[in-house]
Amino acid sequence: MAKFKTHMLVCGGTGCRASASDVLYENLKKEVKEKGLENDVQVVTTGCFGFCEQGPIVKMIPDNTFYVGVQPKDAADIVAEHALKGRKVDRLLYKDPVKKEHVPDSKHMGFYKKQIRIALRNCGLIDPENVNEYLAADGYEALGKVLLEMTPEEAIQIVIDSGLRGRGGGGFPTGVKWKIAQGVKGAQKYVVCNADEGDPGAFMDRSILEGDPHTVLEAMAINGYCIGATKGLIYIRAEYPLAIHRLKVAIAQAREYGLLGEDILGSGYNFDIELRYGAGAFVCGEETALIHSMEGHRGEPTFKPPFPAESGYLGMPTNVNNVETYANIPVIFNKGAKWFASIGTEKSKGTKVFALAGKINNVGLIEVPMGITLREVIFEIGGGIKGGKKFKAVQTGGPSGGCLTEKHLDTPIDYDNLIASGSMMGSGGMIVMDEDDCMVSVAKFYLDFTVEESCGKCSPCRIGNKRLYEILEKITKGHGAMDDLDKLRNLSNVIKDTSLCGLGQTSPNPVLSTLDNFYDEYLAHITEGKCFASQCKDLIKYEIIPENCVGCTACARNCPVNCISGERKQIHLIDQSLCIKCGACMEKCKFNAVTII
Amino acid sequence: MTKIKSLADLRNMKADLQSKIALREKSDNPEGRVQIKVAMATCGIASGAKEVMEFLVEELDKRNIDAIVSQTGCMGYCYAEPTIEVTLPNQEPVVFGYVDSKKADDIIEKYIKTGELLEGIIPVNYEKID
Repeated sequence: MAKFKTHMLVCGGTGCRASASDVLYENLKKEVKEKGLENDVQVVTTGCFGFCEQGPIVKMIPDNTFYVGVQPKDAADIVAEHALKGRKVDRLLYKDPVKKEHVPDSKHMGFYKKQIRIALRNCGLIDPENVNEYLAADGYEALGKVLLEMTPEEAIQIVIDSGLRGRGGGGFPTGVKWKIAQGVKGAQKYVVCNADEGDPGAFMDRSILEGDPHTVLEAMAINGYCIGATKGLIYIRAEYPLAIHRLKVAIAQAREYGLLGEDILGSGYNFDIELRYGAGAFVCGEETALIHSMEGHRGEPTFKPPFPAESGYLGMPTNVNNVETYANIPVIFNKGAKWFASIGTEKSKGTKVFALAGKINNVGLIEVPMGITLREVIFEIGGGIKGGKKFKAVQTGGPSGGCLTEKHLDTPIDYDNLIASGSMMGSGGMIVMDEDDCMVSVAKFYLDFTVEESCGKCSPCRIGNKRLYEILEKITKGHGAMDDLDKLRNLSNVIKDTSLCGLGQTSPNPVLSTLDNFYDEYLAHITEGKCFASQCKDLIKYEIIPENCVGCTACARNCPVNCISGERKQIHLIDQSLCIKCGACMEKCKFNAVTII
Repeated sequence: MTKIKSLADLRNMKADLQSKIALREKSDNPEGRVQIKVAMATCGIASGAKEVMEFLVEELDKRNIDAIVSQTGCMGYCYAEPTIEVTLPNQEPVVFGYVDSKKADDIIEKYIKTGELLEGIIPVNYEKID
C-alpha cells in the first residue's frame, strides 16, 4: 500500500459545512486526482478544529499549515502550490489579529498554545465516519480492557479516582453516580447520554458527537458494564442533523465489528444503543424531564428523590451522563486515573470545553485545563476583544450562570471558584461582552430565553420570571423606579428558593449577578434615564452637532422615516417625535456631526 | 466487515491501522523527532526530489526511525538539487545537497543514527524567523 506523504484535513463540522466545506472536500479530491497525487496525498473529512470563526478550515499534515476561510475555488491553489511544490498559500494563512502577520502553522497560533485536548482529542484528527481511524487512535481499547480485565467495581473505582465531575453543569462526581446506579437492583437498567444541549451559543456536545461519535458509544458501553445495564439511549435534539447522521453511521459500524451487540469482544457482555430525539426544549436537559420526554410524556421535571438511579427510564434504574463527560472516559482508562487527576485543580480535575462567543476575536471551541484564568482564555486563546474595545464582562453558564467582570479575570476557573464568584460552570458557554453592551439588556435577553423555555409546572418560575422580565423591560424603557431594584432582588430569591428544577433555581442568576456587579448601570437607567452603552433606544436621542454639519444631506436621504429636515448646505435638524433611533444617520455622516445623547 | 472477537484481535487490528493516522499524531508533536524537509520546487522535482522523498519515507519507516518527512518550497540551492534539510531533536538544521537514494541512505545511517557529519553539507545562509 502506498504511504500518504501529505494529509489534508478538511473540517466537516456544521459550522464549516455551512460555508461549503463539503464542496471544498470534493474539489480537493478532484484536484489531487488531476495532478496524479492520489497515492501521495490523502484528503480527509474530520470533526471540528474549534476555530469556527474563520472556517472552513484545512489543516495540512505533516507541516501543520493551518488554512482559514478556504473557499471551494481555493482547492486548485492548495493542491498545485502546497501539495505539489511545497509552497504555502500565503493568502489563506491565519492572520494574527494583533500583529497583523500571517501565522505559518497551528503550532504558532495563540489559540492552540494553552489548550489541552482530552474530550476533543480526536476532533480534527480522524474521520468521524470511519471506525478504522477511531480504532487506530486507541479506539475501543478502553472498552476491551474494562470488559476483559476488570470487574465493574474496579472500573468504577478508576473513574472515582480520576476525580471526573459531570460536565453538563452540575459537577456531580461521575464515579460516585455510577456507584450509586450499580448498587440499585432492577430487571433492566439503562444508560442514557444527555445530548440535549440548549444554552444559547453553546456547541460543545454537538462538536464532540460530530467529530468523534465512537468515543461516546465506547464510554456508554463501559458505563453499562459498570452498572449492569445492557441498553443505552442517546437523547439528542432533532435540530442536530449532522450529529444524528454521524451517530447512526457510528452505531452501524460498531455493530458490524461486534463492538456493540451480543458477546462484545468475547466477554459475554451484551450492550446496544438506540437514539431518542428531543424537540429542542431547554428544560429537557434536566435529567428527570429528559427521561419523561424519552418515555413519550411531557418534558417536565419531577421531584427528586427518587433519583433516576433508583427509578428512571420506564421506572428502571438509569444513569444519565452528559456527552462531554463520556468523551473523557476512554482516555481515563487508557492513560490512567492518576494521569487525569494530575491535570486541573484540587477539586476539579481534567479539562473543560468552552464555546467562546460574543465580542472576541477568536470565536470557537476550546478545551483548557481546569484552573486556567479567564484572562488567559479571553486575551491569549481568544485573541482579545474585537475592534480593540474594552472588556466589560463574560457570561459563563449560559442563562443559568452569571456575569464575571474585570475583578474576576485572574480567578482560576473551576466548579467551585465560579460558584463563589456568583456564576457557574454550566455546560460551557462563554459569552464575552465589551463596553458597547448594556448589562440591563443582557439580563433581559437571558430572561427572555427562560420565560420562553420554562415548562410552566411551577408558578414561581412560570409567573415570576415573566414578572422579572417585565420589570427589566420597564427599566430599559426609562420608566423604572428605585423600588424596582428591591423587587427584582426579592422576586429573584423567591424563584430560586421555590422552583423544583435547575431551570427555575438558576434562572434569576443573570439578574442577580448584573445587579451585584453593575448596580451603577441599573441606577443610571432609573435615576438619570441614561444607558451607558447606548443600547436602550428609549433612553437615547440622536442629535446633529451644528458646528460639524456641512449640510451634505446624506443623513436626510438615508433616514427611513424622513424625520431629518434641512436645505443643502444648511444645518440639518432631527425631528425627535418621529425618530425611530435606527442610527442610519450616524452611520452615513462623514463629518461626525451626528451624536447620541 | 467481520466481527472482532477478542481483545487480542482488536489490538492486532489497531497495529495494522495505526500507520493510517500515525503521521497526523506525530506532527502534533514534532520537536522530539527527526524532521526532514525535502525541497520540492520545480528544480528539485526535476532533479529527482520526489524519488528521494519516497525513499526517505519508506526507509525511515522500515528502519524504525521516528521521523517526519515533509516537503517544502525552493530553498535557494538550485545548483545542488535535490536538497534536504535535516533537523535532529534539539539541534540546528543541517542542509545536504545533491541527494540521491544512495546519499539519502548514507544520511540515515550516519547522520541521523549516529550524528556523524557527511560531505556535501551546504552551509546554511539563512535564518529562520519564528
